[in-house]
Amino acid sequence: MEKTVNNKAWFMVLPVLLLVAFTAVIPLMTVVNYAFQDSFGNNQFFWVGIEWFQELLSSERFHDALVRNLIFSFSILAIEIPLGIGIALCMPKKGWGVPVCLVLMALPLLVPWNVVGTIWQVFGRADIGLLGYFLNSLGINYNYTQDPVAAWATVIVMDVWHWTSLVVLLCYAGLVSIPEAYYQAARIDGASRWAVFRYIQLPKMHSVLLIAVLLRFMDSFMIYTEPFVVTGGGPGNSTTFLSIDLVKMAIGQFDLGPAAAMSLVYFLIILLFSWVFYTVMNNAGTEKKHYAGEE
Amino acid sequence: MARIDLDHIRHSYLPNPTSPSDYALKEVNLTFEDGGAYALLGSSGCGKTTLLNIISGLLTPSEGELLFDGKPVTELSTEARNIAQVFQFPVVYDTMSVYDNLAFPLRNRGVPAAEVDQKVGEILRIIDLESKAKRKAQGLTADEKQKISLGRGLVRSDTNAILFDEPLTVIDPHMKWVLRSQLKHLHKQFGFTMVYVTHDQTEALTFADKVVVMYGGEVVQIGTPDELFRKPQHTFVGYFIGSPGMNILPCEVDGNIARVGGHSVPLPCGLDPKKVAQKTEVGIRPEFVKLGGAGEGLPLKVNAVEDIGRYRILRGEMEGVALNAIVGEGMSIPESPTALFDPTQTNLYADSWLVSEGA
Repeated sequence: MEKTVNNKAWFMVLPVLLLVAFTAVIPLMTVVNYAFQDSFGNNQFFWVGIEWFQELLSSERFHDALVRNLIFSFSILAIEIPLGIGIALCMPKKGWGVPVCLVLMALPLLVPWNVVGTIWQVFGRADIGLLGYFLNSLGINYNYTQDPVAAWATVIVMDVWHWTSLVVLLCYAGLVSIPEAYYQAARIDGASRWAVFRYIQLPKMHSVLLIAVLLRFMDSFMIYTEPFVVTGGGPGNSTTFLSIDLVKMAIGQFDLGPAAAMSLVYFLIILLFSWVFYTVMNNAGTEKKHYAGEE
Repeated sequence: MARIDLDHIRHSYLPNPTSPSDYALKEVNLTFEDGGAYALLGSSGCGKTTLLNIISGLLTPSEGELLFDGKPVTELSTEARNIAQVFQFPVVYDTMSVYDNLAFPLRNRGVPAAEVDQKVGEILRIIDLESKAKRKAQGLTADEKQKISLGRGLVRSDTNAILFDEPLTVIDPHMKWVLRSQLKHLHKQFGFTMVYVTHDQTEALTFADKVVVMYGGEVVQIGTPDELFRKPQHTFVGYFIGSPGMNILPCEVDGNIARVGGHSVPLPCGLDPKKVAQKTEVGIRPEFVKLGGAGEGLPLKVNAVEDIGRYRILRGEMEGVALNAIVGEGMSIPESPTALFDPTQTNLYADSWLVSEGA
């Protein structure tokens, strides 16, 4: 088919271009601009080249926050994905239980981030919180404001409570789309429960799982509000993730140059990881390209 | 391989069925002989698939008993019944290779690897997918996938029966012929008991030795294709089989004569005077309707003539009732045609059921 070239089309996309420019491109360029300059206030800027980047990449503070964030993200993925699949498999496929389960599952997702943080902050307190009081009365010394292990446990359990539902709902959507004939065929083929999961349910959930992993990774890697409300990054720096660190640097210390450099690196890391996840999971599932040459 | 008996099987999808209309399957008594090729024919929603799923154990009947070789199996699970079933839409395990797909039912039953390899090799040859054995099943065409489904049904040599639930729906027309003749060939070679569900009469008549016609949850006739054509036991069979179907005309019976709107039609047999019928009808296949000139037979109003190559179909009506005739090659259609019925091929129906000779 001949392609129609009409330059008027550019005017049609202009509004979108302007919108994207003002909401994404120009702010990003401002950050890029800051990242290569130093400022001593008074709107005076000095060109420093890649100095901030060099400083950032060799800074222990950045390394620690990055490692903490990676541990956090992989921990919650390791818990939420299997747990989400498990719950989705247990959910009823028809009847009155379906809407009940769906509503229950959707509830945590509807709670605003800072409210989730506040809920867990109170919930975990040793003096008035149900969880904290209960654990301490069992003889477990649980205090998330002083003990890094308790702080980490609280932040991870909170994220699992908040976001496993998303994985459940995505997996459930994948599961209910499997035609009944697959299960019937599996029964006729004498497949075990495990084989049904491995060869029917898991492959059919593959694409939704990919979305779930990507969303949960990106979100958890950028997590700010909930741990900030609960622990404020403490005790010490033990729960200071990248975004909390970034805010401290930009707003707390007003180091605009280093903070801008850090946001750029942060952004690139998320982009890189997401790309890797996407590629790996896509290839693991299909392997189509590998066989394409045979025909 | 086994003989399958259905003994007073009834099934309802409702928890507490009361009236007969609550039953998707009204009482069915049926025997599938060992090694027979059967077709279950009927329109959508007549209970064919229900019946098939009861045999395979995917459904437990509300009432009645199912026997394999005389042994009751109603309570057995699908796996324990050792049945193969092929579904309407291809079911393949996407992440497995074609080879593994075919080996799956065998491996699940703990068949030794060497035997698996030999059986799978054989099936791959039959379904003509040897060249793609190592490929992932995902990304194959619909008919290749359905061939795999068929193959998985055929791979076990000890199955009691192979059930097909409209397996060729998604297949290209020319492949339908190929696969159907392969199935027929396999049936001859291995002697499996095969039950083939379809709503396509051509498929049923070419595949099966015996055709079971179902209507409204009941079996209305079991017979060879020829019996279904010449002596339909029920007006539904007459109407459903044949293209176009049998002409069914309301009539009044007087001895061995049927009166159709003031015209007389001779019948091969009369109605038993002891039996009281709500309605009586004559049925005649369009193939046996001859055309005559004015005054010779029943006046016919011609609505359309369809030329379909070797013969023409005359679509007409007689006093408001549709009446079709097949006009052979080289035969002309008279100016104001009348219909003449071949008395030996005219059937009498009382309350939709065939009145047979001597009844």
